[in-house]
Amino acid sequence: MTNAELAPRLDCDPAWIVQMSGIQERRWAAPSDTVASLGARAAQDCLERAGIAPREVGLILASSGSAERRFPGPAAAIGAALELAGVPAIDLPLASAGSLFAIAMAADLCSRYRNVLVVGSEIMSRAIAVEPAGRDTAILFGDGAGACLMSAETGFATIQDVLLASDGSYADALRLDLAGPIQMNGPVIIMHASRKVPRAIAELLERNSTAAGDIAVFLTHQANRNLIARTAKSLGVPEEQFFMNVDRYGNTSSASMLIAAAEWWQSGMAMGPIVMTAFGAGLNWGAILAR
Amino acid sequence: MDQRSKILAIIRQVGGQPSDPAPEQSLFESGLLDSFTLTDLVSELEKQFSIRVPDSDLTPRRFDSVVRIEAYLQGRK
Repeated sequence: MTNAELAPRLDCDPAWIVQMSGIQERRWAAPSDTVASLGARAAQDCLERAGIAPREVGLILASSGSAERRFPGPAAAIGAALELAGVPAIDLPLASAGSLFAIAMAADLCSRYRNVLVVGSEIMSRAIAVEPAGRDTAILFGDGAGACLMSAETGFATIQDVLLASDGSYADALRLDLAGPIQMNGPVIIMHASRKVPRAIAELLERNSTAAGDIAVFLTHQANRNLIARTAKSLGVPEEQFFMNVDRYGNTSSASMLIAAAEWWQSGMAMGPIVMTAFGAGLNWGAILAR
Repeated sequence: MDQRSKILAIIRQVGGQPSDPAPEQSLFESGLLDSFTLTDLVSELEKQFSIRVPDSDLTPRRFDSVVRIEAYLQGRK
């Protein structure tokens, strides 16, 4: 769904969408897709790339803020699609920051479950109002899924430290009620994200005696290009240290960081210290340092 | 420089626009500031008035006009 296709339905200028968000296009799922079906496809792709058979997965953690029903969530259905009956599957209904929280939990759980499959999957196109009144959020969101495998034994990086935080004082500022559509107080969310994310990263790096300039790549929730650029500026590092694909996928909520990580990994970029970071409804935010 | 002049200078600096707003004019709705520059405004207020704005005070309404900013600064003294 390009800006040129979307803008007339929102009564806005395609250039305005780019100015506000840096987003050029986003993907919308087909009517037959579900959060679980997208998540299962990402999971299968992840396992194939990792060279791990599904039967070697000991635990599934699936994050989504846009699941179709209250329960069961998509985690068990993803497990079923992978023919993993009997393997525990836990839902994390956390929008945007869900995959960050899942990776942090998986880092602690993989010693018990050996291989923990982390999936983030979202169909945000069904949560937005595609009409002029909903343009402020409709321009932002896209659909997608990502996955990664956390292993106690193998991998290209090790989680060194984790900083997670939540503050329910602003729960109403970004929410998806049962009847929808998504409600967002943009200025409040941007003000908090603009301060909390750089602070979280700075605190994490400081306690690990690591300079922001020494980070090989920042893999961040792809909320908005302007927000990512602001985080880079606050940390005093060039934007180029932040992997960005928000221009092509929009904000895919909890899937976005995993999709960014997968594309970064597949691009064969130079290795080094990695920072993952996200901010989202809750409010939930944090950062992870991996080496 | 008095407090109001200092506030107006900060608004011009972060908003990148030469004109000064009326004291009660909404900085956000008038387009002088957006969500991002409003955050810059708070950071500059912290620096130039040697205050710390806690996250619990981070609501655009508190900083949306010169008069509101003055009231906030008064409350921080």
